[in-house]
Amino acid sequence: MKKAIHYINQFFGQIGGEDKADFKPEIRKGLVGPALFLNTVLDAEVTHTIICGDNFMTSNKDEAIEIIMSELEKLDFDIFIAGPAFQAGRYGVACGTICQAVQERFNVPVLTSMHEENPGVDMYKKEMIIFQGGRSAAAMRNDLKIVANYANKLLNNEELLDAETEGYFSRGIRHQVWREDGVVAADRVIDMLLKKLAGEEFNTELPIPSMEAVPIAPPIKDLSKANIAFATSGGIVPVENPDRIQSASATRWGRYDISDMDRLEAGVFKTIHAGYDPAAADADPNVCVPLDALRAYEKEGKIGKLHNYFYSTVGTGTTQGEAARMAKEMIEYFVKENVDGVILSST
Amino acid sequence: MVKEIEKAGIPVVQMANLIPVAKSVGANKMVPTISIPYPLGDPATPKEDQYKLRYHRVGVALDALAAEISDQTIFKVKI
Repeated sequence: MKKAIHYINQFFGQIGGEDKADFKPEIRKGLVGPALFLNTVLDAEVTHTIICGDNFMTSNKDEAIEIIMSELEKLDFDIFIAGPAFQAGRYGVACGTICQAVQERFNVPVLTSMHEENPGVDMYKKEMIIFQGGRSAAAMRNDLKIVANYANKLLNNEELLDAETEGYFSRGIRHQVWREDGVVAADRVIDMLLKKLAGEEFNTELPIPSMEAVPIAPPIKDLSKANIAFATSGGIVPVENPDRIQSASATRWGRYDISDMDRLEAGVFKTIHAGYDPAAADADPNVCVPLDALRAYEKEGKIGKLHNYFYSTVGTGTTQGEAARMAKEMIEYFVKENVDGVILSST
Repeated sequence: MVKEIEKAGIPVVQMANLIPVAKSVGANKMVPTISIPYPLGDPATPKEDQYKLRYHRVGVALDALAAEISDQTIFKVKI
């Protein structure tokens, strides 16, 4: 018979509550707490139960992992199951932490279960299979059955289905499969298109991960009094590129005084962006930084004022982290110089 | 960059050719441009036409800064 090891926290390990949350990890032969039930539904013998305090695992991570690893080295096991952790945040993080360590060190399947609001889900769902569990221990049996059902398929080499069908949080991994219905991609995509045109619901096969939404800033109340700045990721700079902004994967940016100009002249400004053909922007930099049009709106009084500088960097190959940092540095000037709104052109 | 500026509470509009990318990254106000190498003026057209297009789309972007929106919005351009 195959062998399993179950990880639980101090509470379910019957050590104690919050006062025992710094309990150092212990590995016990046999079954403690929920491991008793797991053993009845799993096609493997749960040989050992690991008990660790949630605070100990989350605040002394390296030590906790090391203690557990050194014990596991002595054992044979085919699968590792942690939790379920329900909505208990530290327990969820602890389950994710130990599962990741076990997976890396022993290369065995690791499974856990948490409620969707457990912070452990977002931290670890890409790394391992986390089943969608209930809010509290009332869901214990049900959550463990779901985990065991999948574990049994793994242990018996049965066919595994997609995340949604199996009930775990998507890891963002795509698999090639033969569909039972045999409908080819060309037919499926046309079906989707027809549904879309008819305004009906359809399910994409390639969901784009949703990005962090930013609260919408309050709009400008009166444009005719507003100070407007222009920024670009199109790499427009004075021809000598005084700030030595890189042509790709930029980490630097510059701001350039345009207070006495009505347009950006070719030969004075150019683009150093390596991600597009520079011919058009070099011949007329206004196609990327439309100073001529902005100045016209300023003269007409549509806007109160065009900010004295435009801001520039190169957006190709630039990481989101660098882009965010550069924007933060620009914002210091926007705030100090009372910019009311920003137009940013990207190429 | 757009997201950081917006997070700072400064209204911002992104003029981009790849609107779906701007949208999936999380820009709230977007105005389409005509291409990547020449966002605001096709060099194959007369200078006056390029300026007209540029003037129009920059105007849309300025209006977008003053627009009250409740969701990600792509502002419509006429030329």
